[in-house]
Amino acid sequence: MARSKINGRMSRGKAAFKTAFKTAFLGWRRENGRVGVRNHVIILPLDDLSNAAAESVANNIKGTLALPHAYGRLQFGADLELFFRTLIGTGSNPNVAAVVVIGIEDGWTKRIVDGIKKTGKPVTGFGIEGTGDIMTVAKASRVAKDYLQWASELPREECDVSELWVSTKCGESDTTTGLASCPTVGNMYDKLIPKGVYGVFGETSEITGAEHLAKARAASAKIGEKWYRVWKAYEDEVIQAHKTDDLSESQPTKGNIAGGLTTIEEKALGNLEKIGRKCTYIDVLQPAEAPRKGAGLYYMDTSSAAAECVTLMAAAGYMVHTFPTGQGNVIGNPIVPVIKISGNPRTVRTMSEHIDVDVSGILRRDMTIPEAGDALIDMIMRTANGRLTAAESLGHREFVLTKLYRSA
Amino acid sequence: MGSPHLLVHDKKDTVGVVVIEGLRAGTNMLCVVTANNSSFRLKAKMDVPIGHKIALTDIKSGDTVWKYGQDIGKAVAKIGRGEHVHVHNLKTKRW
Repeated sequence: MARSKINGRMSRGKAAFKTAFKTAFLGWRRENGRVGVRNHVIILPLDDLSNAAAESVANNIKGTLALPHAYGRLQFGADLELFFRTLIGTGSNPNVAAVVVIGIEDGWTKRIVDGIKKTGKPVTGFGIEGTGDIMTVAKASRVAKDYLQWASELPREECDVSELWVSTKCGESDTTTGLASCPTVGNMYDKLIPKGVYGVFGETSEITGAEHLAKARAASAKIGEKWYRVWKAYEDEVIQAHKTDDLSESQPTKGNIAGGLTTIEEKALGNLEKIGRKCTYIDVLQPAEAPRKGAGLYYMDTSSAAAECVTLMAAAGYMVHTFPTGQGNVIGNPIVPVIKISGNPRTVRTMSEHIDVDVSGILRRDMTIPEAGDALIDMIMRTANGRLTAAESLGHREFVLTKLYRSA
Repeated sequence: MGSPHLLVHDKKDTVGVVVIEGLRAGTNMLCVVTANNSSFRLKAKMDVPIGHKIALTDIKSGDTVWKYGQDIGKAVAKIGRGEHVHVHNLKTKRW
């Protein structure tokens, strides 16, 4: 239905599209001034051991969302800092109204609670040791119920498009992503970044082969050098240090190769189409680091694995994600709507339930990239207004933490 | 102009991308260069799946292959004009 509607609008021609996208949406204004496009009450486990209790609370209190994950024990150093940044950032995201944190012990649980509390939103933590799962679940369920009912009455207000923070990362790419869906995202950024939107792209390993172009797209030579150091560090310290072959089954992936992508250089050049023709990035962020230089496009040092990357961008505060796919990646996120864009007519036909914006007309030359960019902006605004994405409807809630090295 | 069979990003490119399903050997392909909307014809030498690449020119083993007007790797076998270009005859220069 969504697709035929878009095609129907396309048939009105270019003129109707020039200024056709809405510039306002209804969002939830949070205590810290940020705006959310979703109103989740999340049950956030500190660690792997607390997943069971968190899932029990979410089962008791319908409409809350548990975010189980695999880590949180014996991490240290930069890996531990990234872990806290990701969990605190997830709880702090404006798509989240309130948070219940459950941890095996009180110390680190409190650290997560205190971090999220800085946003001013309601958050309470529970430690399991000395109480046990059953009593912890009972106490946490009462708080979760109060939060849920409170959140359900929060009013929405009209917000300008400039309140949006829109992230991007592509997946299961093929050659059609470089021709159609990635340039669609790029065109969206070229139009929305000047309106005051925050953007972000990442995927450090997947810039390899286009690093000269990525470096040149920095807002200044100094930021370009900062970007290059991040890319080179990953290349030297991770890829060259750990590779056992030419990564021919990892980067490009088997799916990429099936879709016609042959080399990392080719994949990288298509990937970089996501930042359009005019945007320049104004800073380079660590994984899950919130942007601090105001509105504009940012680069984040992330893995190219879809769920890891989207989780890190959500933890940095981005509240809508645009995801170009060629062969049909099915990823979602628990707190951020992930909008799928595909230009591959076979994927649009065989995996239609996963695709929010069909831009396969670009390959037939009956849709221009600016028209596709407008169609994507229209879908972003509809999503911000509450339309559930394909991934949300299908229950895709991939929440995957990035791990830098083995725990102690 | 009808729908193209093959899209080429840049004038400098030595490969293009098949954008229709079920392309058969012998097809006189309509090829469009997206950078400037120019078009030309090229005969496909083999069946090539959608999304896969076809050589626009004869390519010698060791030659750099160009797409997006950029270096995407080197040919590791001789590739004839109109033939399929993929992992069997093109490799990364990285890693």
